[in-house]
Amino acid sequence: MISELVAAILIAVLAIYAIFAGADFGGGLWDLLAGGDRRGRPARQLIDETITPVWEANHVWLIFALVIFWTAFPVAFAAVMTVAALPLWLATLGIVLRGTGFAFRKEVQGLRWERPLGVTFAFSSLLTPFFMGTVVGCVAAGKVSLDGQHSTLAAWTNPTSLLTGSLFVAVCGYMAAIFLIGEAARRGDHRSKRYFRHRATLASMVAGALSIATVTELHHSNHALYEGLTGRALPLLVLGAACGLAVLALLALERSTGLRALSGIGVAAVVWGWGVGQYPTLLPGTGLTLANGSAPHATLVMVVAVFGAAGLLVVPGFLLLFRLQARQILSPTPSTRRAEQSAVHEGVDDVCERR
Amino acid sequence: MRKYGPVIGLPFSVEGIFFFLEAIFTGIYLYGWRRLGGWAHFWSGIPIAVSGIFGALSVMAANSWMNQPGGFTMKAGRIVSVEPLKVFFNRAAAYEMPHMLLAAYLVAGFGVASVYAVGFLRGRRDRYHRLGFAIPFVLAAALTPVEFLVGDTAARAIATDQPVKFAAMEYVTHTARDAPEYLGGVYADGHVYGALRIPGLDSLLVGFSTHAKVTGLDSVPPADRPPVPWLIHLAFDVMAGLGSLSLIPLLWLLLAWWRRRALPKHRWFWLLAAGAGPAAVVAMEAGWIVTEVGRQPWVVYKLMTTAQAATTNPGVIASLSAVIVLYAVLGVATILILRLLARRWRAGDEQEAAVPYGPPSTDASALGGEAA
Repeated sequence: MISELVAAILIAVLAIYAIFAGADFGGGLWDLLAGGDRRGRPARQLIDETITPVWEANHVWLIFALVIFWTAFPVAFAAVMTVAALPLWLATLGIVLRGTGFAFRKEVQGLRWERPLGVTFAFSSLLTPFFMGTVVGCVAAGKVSLDGQHSTLAAWTNPTSLLTGSLFVAVCGYMAAIFLIGEAARRGDHRSKRYFRHRATLASMVAGALSIATVTELHHSNHALYEGLTGRALPLLVLGAACGLAVLALLALERSTGLRALSGIGVAAVVWGWGVGQYPTLLPGTGLTLANGSAPHATLVMVVAVFGAAGLLVVPGFLLLFRLQARQILSPTPSTRRAEQSAVHEGVDDVCERR
Repeated sequence: MRKYGPVIGLPFSVEGIFFFLEAIFTGIYLYGWRRLGGWAHFWSGIPIAVSGIFGALSVMAANSWMNQPGGFTMKAGRIVSVEPLKVFFNRAAAYEMPHMLLAAYLVAGFGVASVYAVGFLRGRRDRYHRLGFAIPFVLAAALTPVEFLVGDTAARAIATDQPVKFAAMEYVTHTARDAPEYLGGVYADGHVYGALRIPGLDSLLVGFSTHAKVTGLDSVPPADRPPVPWLIHLAFDVMAGLGSLSLIPLLWLLLAWWRRRALPKHRWFWLLAAGAGPAAVVAMEAGWIVTEVGRQPWVVYKLMTTAQAATTNPGVIASLSAVIVLYAVLGVATILILRLLARRWRAGDEQEAAVPYGPPSTDASALGGEAA
């Protein structure tokens, strides 16, 4: 029973990570696709400003998920880390380079350095969710074997893995665009709002199509999971789809209230759907279940206790962080000032032109 | 992880909480600069310090457990029960936790102080630089004697808990009474060359008597000894030596304060103080070499060898090289960026004295936009 509880905690942490970090990674996607220096400026500015205070805290969820995974389900953890070593390395590389590019870009001056660092940040923002997606796909398709001695390409370059990787990137873009619509609205920036509304619509359609394709592909690659998804987990998938459609409708109606909540619930429903669909299997294709793959009782109790303590301590902290961020009390200083300065300059330019 | 994950994961999961708090409040503290009220900003920094302490203790719980594993029962190669408190507060935690926590404060204190000491040497002696030096330096210097006591206790405990590690640290070639203390020197084929030998001192330090018996490297077969005793011994000497040296500026400062109620003026004091920061980092790293290399060939002491724990994936050398190259590049880039910030900051000193993240450049090209 307690192993079910820990598995539920793990799925919950993954869902939270998908929502918050998804919005972060997606910021990199839109940064990459924002166009040239001048045209992409407002979008990049907004992304930079909104991500800066929260991106580090958002990514601690991943660490938490990994720690729970190895503590509570050590055999499965070791098998996944061994078989999917290469994509995990690439995802890690993305995490390191992303942070570096993001932090350094703020401090250098002049396009000569800002440009390569910005591209590093944006490109590695794609690298990480894509390769994490391939690892999830590798697990879902049952490509992890317990006696695997080394990483194989076949484990994560199968259609399920590649589809899941692409799905992750699309979902990140979707979450980021929805998040940025809200931020633009709060700043009264109607142009950026419209800009990200188009992108959110596009990304939600791509993500929806990729979700359907992934589930269909599971029909071949892991029939048991497919049956779970279309059976026991069907209500959750329907909920996810309904949320997606509701978001699309709101986007079409140009309404922004409820967008974030709906998109978050939608993504969480799909993550939970995966968990429920796979239950009680821990690692498809290995015979490893929650019953025979869990850590001893005392360890699981401790994990639950730690999660409870984390909830008591961390949730108020997060609420404070997001509240302050939403009220624009937290802001990356140089970037804001630069924006103010350039606004002044543009004003001067306007005046000059009129004369 | 496959085998001991349910045990060693516990301290790491506790660390997760503090990692979270640290990240959250770092975000608030850094980006709330001059936007939050003075006291609100101050209080937002307190959780960072507190979670830093408890996070460090959690990590040290995991590391000390590797040195003195306990708190679990095994049946047929599987862990069947765990006692979390015994895992967290294992035998080695009692000395490893305070030793590393103090080391962290020494590195931070001497590190920050040495920046201002360099400023002093360059002639910046305003109140800001005096305080910037005095606060961290006094903190670190006051903790140094405490670290000495803790380190000494730790070494004695290791002589009992992990005698082979201790034998490598002190070049105890064979178990004997009246063991000599070696300073420096190289160990090869069971012999010590080029060391300063002090008869009986090692026994005295371990058992408060020259007759105390000290366990030597010969107590275990060669395969169970650490592979490079000279590295462990020299790293231990470097750590203890640098720790002793850092007492000199402390005594100097005390003397100057006692006689004149002022910071010392002599150039040599400031050179020593400037060197104390890098020296503290070197001492800490040397300490890690002692404890980690000294535990070899074990990764979990006497239960699992490092070779058994290693990944079965090929290409370890390749991935290690890639990581080293990547971090070398990032390290160089970080130094360059910090220098750039310092230059820009100094150039902007007059208009904006207290901007935390560097004033904007007056360079027009910076206004061209963010990156592409």
